[in-house]
Amino acid sequence: MGLTLMEGNEAIGWGAMAAGCNFFAGYPITPATTIYNTMLKLLPPKGGVCLQGEDEIASIGFCLGAAMSGMKTMTATSGPGISLYSEQISFAIGSEIPIVIVDVQRLGPSTGSATKGADGDIQFLQWGNSGGLPVIVLAPVDVKDCYVLTMQAFNLAEQYRCPVFLAANKEVSMTRETIDLDGLDLPQVVARRTADADQPFVPFGVKDDQFVPDFLPIGGKHLVRQTSSTHGTDGYITTDPGQIAGMQERLDDKLKKTVSAFTYYDEYVVPGADTLVIAYGVTARAAMAAVKKIQQSNAKASLLILKTLWPVPELLIREKAAPYKRVVMAEMNLGQYVRELQRLLPDKKVDFLGQMNGELIKPGQIQEVIQNG
Amino acid sequence: MDSLLNSSRPSVFCPGCSHEQVLHALDQALSNMGLSGEDVVVVSDIGCSGLFDTFFNTHAFHGLHGRALTYATGIKMARPNLKVIVTMGDGGLGIGGAHVLSTCRRNIDLTLLVLNNFNYGMTGGQCSSTTPQDAQVGSGFLNKLEKPLDICQVAGAAGASYVSRVSTYDKGLVEGLKGAIAFDGFSLIDIWGICPGRYTRRNKLTPKSIEADLAKLPELGDYKTRNARAEYGRAYRQEAAKLQPATEPVRIEATCTSPEAGRLEVVVLGSAGQRIITAGELLCLAGASAGCRAAQKSDYPITVMRGHSVSEIILSDTEIEYTGIENPSVVIALAPEGVNRRKKMLADLSPEALVIKAAGIELPNSPASVIEVDFKAEKIKPQDWALVALAVLAKQNKVLTLDMLKAALKLRFRKAEYETAIAMVEKAAALP
Repeated sequence: MGLTLMEGNEAIGWGAMAAGCNFFAGYPITPATTIYNTMLKLLPPKGGVCLQGEDEIASIGFCLGAAMSGMKTMTATSGPGISLYSEQISFAIGSEIPIVIVDVQRLGPSTGSATKGADGDIQFLQWGNSGGLPVIVLAPVDVKDCYVLTMQAFNLAEQYRCPVFLAANKEVSMTRETIDLDGLDLPQVVARRTADADQPFVPFGVKDDQFVPDFLPIGGKHLVRQTSSTHGTDGYITTDPGQIAGMQERLDDKLKKTVSAFTYYDEYVVPGADTLVIAYGVTARAAMAAVKKIQQSNAKASLLILKTLWPVPELLIREKAAPYKRVVMAEMNLGQYVRELQRLLPDKKVDFLGQMNGELIKPGQIQEVIQNG
Repeated sequence: MDSLLNSSRPSVFCPGCSHEQVLHALDQALSNMGLSGEDVVVVSDIGCSGLFDTFFNTHAFHGLHGRALTYATGIKMARPNLKVIVTMGDGGLGIGGAHVLSTCRRNIDLTLLVLNNFNYGMTGGQCSSTTPQDAQVGSGFLNKLEKPLDICQVAGAAGASYVSRVSTYDKGLVEGLKGAIAFDGFSLIDIWGICPGRYTRRNKLTPKSIEADLAKLPELGDYKTRNARAEYGRAYRQEAAKLQPATEPVRIEATCTSPEAGRLEVVVLGSAGQRIITAGELLCLAGASAGCRAAQKSDYPITVMRGHSVSEIILSDTEIEYTGIENPSVVIALAPEGVNRRKKMLADLSPEALVIKAAGIELPNSPASVIEVDFKAEKIKPQDWALVALAVLAKQNKVLTLDMLKAALKLRFRKAEYETAIAMVEKAAALP
C-alpha cells in the first residue's frame, strides 16, 4: 500500500474509468478542464472516445447520442456550462438517457470567478431544467469521494437511466491530495438492464414491479426509438392524458421512492451533544475539524455529512436530526440547501452559516455558530 | 428491397408539402441501396422536418431544435457501421449553425438533409436563416434586413467535401440522396421545396421558379477535391491506436521518516516562472514518501509567465480535514507578487513559524524567525529558487528531510531533470 498524489478532477477521471466509462465529451472551462484532460489521456488508448465539442450543448449532445447507442458517458463543466446544458438535461430526464454530468462549481453568478470555489449551484442542479422532475446529485468531500462517488454516479445513471450530477467544487476538484487507491471501498460496477432480445421491444415499456424501462441500443438488431417529445411506451408522441400522467408519475417515483437505496452520507456522533451540524462538499471538512476540536467542551456538536443531495434524503435527515434540539447548516452559498432542512425540520432551531467570497468557510466560523448560535 | 416507411404510421404533412416528396425519395434511396431498418438511424430535431423519424421503420432519435447533428455525431462514434441520416429544416440550420460548421470541419460520416422551405412552418411562417429579403413572412419587416444564407457555400468553406443543392421536384433527387448517403464522410444536401401551409400563401414559389432560382446561384467550388480527407471516425480510431495506455497512478511507498509530527502548513509565495507549483508538488511527494497525508492548493492568474504564483501545502500524519491555511509552520517568500497576496497572513505568523526569504524581499513585521538566502549572489537562476528553498528547509530538518526531498525528486522527474535537480539540492545543502 502506498499513497498516490492526485487532483480531485483526476480522481473523477480514474473513477469514471473504473466504472466502465467509454465515452466523454466536454468543452474546456476552468475549473473542470482537467477532467477533460484526464479523459483525453485515459480513454482513446483504451478504445474509448473523448471528444471536444464546439460548445457545451454539443458536448452533452454527443454524450446523449452515444449513451443511447449503448455507451457509458460523462461530461464535465462548471456553472456557465450547466446553464447551456439545461435543455439537454431535461431531454435526458424525460427520455431516460443515462449520463454522468460533473459540475465543478465556481463562484457565480454568470462567468463569475473562474478560479474561486463555491457551492452556488446546489439548487440549480435540481431545478435548472424545464419540467420539474427529480435528478440525482452527489457531492464529493475530498479526492477519495471524487473517485468513489463518480463510480456510484455511473452505477446510478445505468440503474435509473437518468442524468446523475457530481456537484464538485473548485476547492475539491483542483486540490491535489494523497489518496490510498488500493484501500478504497469500491462499489460493484452496474450495467443497465437490457431487454429480452426474443421479445418485441417496447422502448419505454416498464414491467409491473419496476420503475425503469429495459434498454436496447440504437444500432442493434431491434429497432430503437428515442424522442425528446412526450411519448408513450412505444416511443411515439402521445396526447393521451392517462399515458402522459403515468409517465410523469413514474419519472418522479423512480428516484423519489428509491432514494434510500442511494443515500450516501458520513457521520461523526459526539455523545451528549444537542446540536447537529449538517454539511456537504468541501465545507464538511471544516465542519469535521470544528466538531472534533470542541468535542470535549460543553457546547459540543455531532456532524452529518450529506453526499446524496438530490432527491433530498428526507428519511435520513429526519432520523439523524431527531435526537438533537438544534441544527447548524454551513454551506458555500447564501442559503440554498438549508431551505430543505427548514422544510423537513420545522420543530428544530436551524442556524445557518453561509459565505460567498471565494474562500473556504473556516472551522473557527463553524465553531462560533455551534457555540454562540 | 422493401420500403422502409412505417406502414402503421402514414405521413401527415400538409397537402402539397415538399417534405412528403423528400420522404418518399429518401425511402427509395435507402431501399435502392439495399439498406434495412437496423442499418439506418434517422436523427431529427424540431419543426416539420422533425416528423421524418416517425415515418420510417429504422432506428430513430428525435431531439432538441438544431441539435440533431450533436446526437448523430455521438451515435456515429459509438456505432461506426450505422448509416446516419440527419434531417433538419432551415430553422434547425440557423439555431444549430455552430454544429453545422463543426460537422463540416470534422468530416464525420453523416448525411444531412436540409429541408429548406424558407420559413418556420410549424410556428406560423416566421423568417429563417434562408428567407429571401423580399418575401412576406410572419416576422413583419425583419427578414428585409437580413441576408439569406447559402448553406452550401458556407459548408464548402467550412470543409465539407460533399455539398449539393437540389430542388425537391428534380428528377435526380433520389440519385442525389444515394450519392450523399454512400459518400464516406460528411455530406450535405440543401433541398429546396414549397411550404404550402405558410410560405406560398403570401409568396409565389413554384417548382419552376425554384429551378430558376437555383440556376441563378453562383456555382459551388470543387469541394470534393479541395476538402478531400479521411473520414473523422476512422481517422480518430487510427490516431487512438497509436497511443500507449496511460500508466497507472504511482503508489508512493513510505521509505523515509518525517522530522515532525502533526499538521504542518507551508505556503510558497512567488511569481510565475519560479516553479512554485512544482515546489508545492515536491513537498507533497516528500510528505507521502514519509507516509504523510498531503494536500496542495494553488493560486495563480489566468495568464502564464506573469503575475503571482502561490502554493499552499499541508502535510499531516493524520487525515487532513480543513484544507485551508490557518497557522503556517513555514513560509517561503521568493517574489513580491506572491508576498503581496498574503500580507495579512505574513503579519499574523506565530513565533514558531519559519520564513525562508529571498534577499531583498520586504516582509511585514512578525515574530517568526527568518532565514535569508541571497540566490543571486549564489548564481542560482530564479526558476530554481523554490527548489533550493526546499533544500534549505530540509537542512533545518523542518517539515521535511533531505532524504524526503530526494525521494520526491525521484518521483517527480525523469533522469536528466532528476540529476540536475539533485545537483541543485546538494549545492543548496552546502550553502552557509
